[in-house]
Amino acid sequence: MDRMSNSVLTVSKLTKRFGGFTAVDEVSFEIRPGEILGLLGPNGAGKTTTIQMLLGVVTPTSGSIEAFGLDLSTHREAVLQQINFSSTYIAMPQSLTVEENLWVVARLYGMSDIASRVNQIVKKLEMEEFRQKVTRKLSSGQMTRLTLAKALLTAPRLLFLDEPTASLDPDIAYKIRSILKEERRSSGLSILYTSHNMREMEEMSDRIIFLQRGRLVAEGTAQAIVERFGKADLEEVFLNLARESNVPSTL
Amino acid sequence: MKLHRVTALILRHLYLYRRSLPRIMEIFYWPFLDLVIWGFITLYLARYQSEVPGFVTFFLGALILWDVLFRAQQGITITFLEELWARNLMNLFASPLKPSEFLAATMAMSVMKVTVVSIVLAGCALIFYSYNVLIIGVWLIPFVLNLVITGWIIGVLTTSLIMRFGQEAEVLAWSMVFLFQPISCVFYPMEVLPAWLKAIAWANPAAHIFEGMRGVLISGEAPFSNLVWAVGLNGVLLVGVVIWFYRTMAYCKDQGLLVRVGE
Repeated sequence: MDRMSNSVLTVSKLTKRFGGFTAVDEVSFEIRPGEILGLLGPNGAGKTTTIQMLLGVVTPTSGSIEAFGLDLSTHREAVLQQINFSSTYIAMPQSLTVEENLWVVARLYGMSDIASRVNQIVKKLEMEEFRQKVTRKLSSGQMTRLTLAKALLTAPRLLFLDEPTASLDPDIAYKIRSILKEERRSSGLSILYTSHNMREMEEMSDRIIFLQRGRLVAEGTAQAIVERFGKADLEEVFLNLARESNVPSTL
Repeated sequence: MKLHRVTALILRHLYLYRRSLPRIMEIFYWPFLDLVIWGFITLYLARYQSEVPGFVTFFLGALILWDVLFRAQQGITITFLEELWARNLMNLFASPLKPSEFLAATMAMSVMKVTVVSIVLAGCALIFYSYNVLIIGVWLIPFVLNLVITGWIIGVLTTSLIMRFGQEAEVLAWSMVFLFQPISCVFYPMEVLPAWLKAIAWANPAAHIFEGMRGVLISGEAPFSNLVWAVGLNGVLLVGVVIWFYRTMAYCKDQGLLVRVGE
């Protein structure tokens, strides 16, 4: 089976320029079915811009994005129907209750049997006690669970998670990671995962890609990357890459 | 009271005006519009006072119909602003939602708002002033439908500008529609306008509706010509602003503006 047909997402030479500034520079990678791919990089490396292009809210300058064998630029609706995302930095409407927000999302994605699907996701993420609460009154941990519930509700085949455990205590963060692993195991969900917690990245990711100044400078399993850079752990690799102004690609 | 803290706050707001044309324009906008609208009303009354029977009838009818247009525009723009304020635009536009579906939803919201507000206003006019808006007769239906579409046109135009220039342009949600008021001839006939402004007003569908309303109320004449002009102009302008909306959205996606909000 060739590379294209064996991946749920294939990104080829993806580039984004804003005027004279290149935010993402000819980045290529793929995500395989059921794989969790870690996206690492210091602030300003181009992670968010890359995810925004994958979600179709920023238009690439050049390159291509193909998901489930379909080009995002020409099959936007069909592709986005099978993708969802959760980000610590994106809110949900504050005046709606948790349950109202989930109903809106379910309708937006054309889900059937919404009531039972909402019940299922509320139970899975242990949100029963605050399902009728207005969103603006949620704690940051509850808010993170809501955005994750919004992402899992639509039964996506591909999920983009931007620092999903950033504001959570260790217990809830552990539960979230367990839910994601279980979701991947039971439904074959593929995930693109960003985090600044290196231990979490090592635990969650099957493979990691590392962006620096918009360029992909390393790719492989956490262990392979650590060995390639001759460091003790992923955190040391991160510090090394983040502090050096221009790291030659190890690809 | 510490002066330095007061001046710090003043400075914070002056900084906003330093690079914001929309905010500077807003300072001059309302006084200028008041001057223009009440100036033309004064001219109208001075010139035609003896010929116009019961001009209160015009004013109340015009006021209610103007509010139909205003609420139709607000229905579109405020719905978009609600998403902007809630930082929900990325959730929407990273979903399978199409721009046409987004516009359709805002137009539906607009119709709901217009329906509720019109019923309340017409009821209040009847109770407080014994004014029955149905005096306009069966023509009220095409008048209202056309004003709703004109409101959509201004609403989509305003939404595109806010999407392009961000939250600093959100004052347009309330002020843009009043830019069209002097050339909509809501409270005075088109003939009181100077020739150059009359030419501009002629291209505004709302002006034909208000002309038609006055024609029905004064002479009872059927406003066929006014309606043909209004429908034709509405059709052309609606297509134009929808194309403009799509182009603006493409530009915002290219520049990464759709996911950025703030001053």
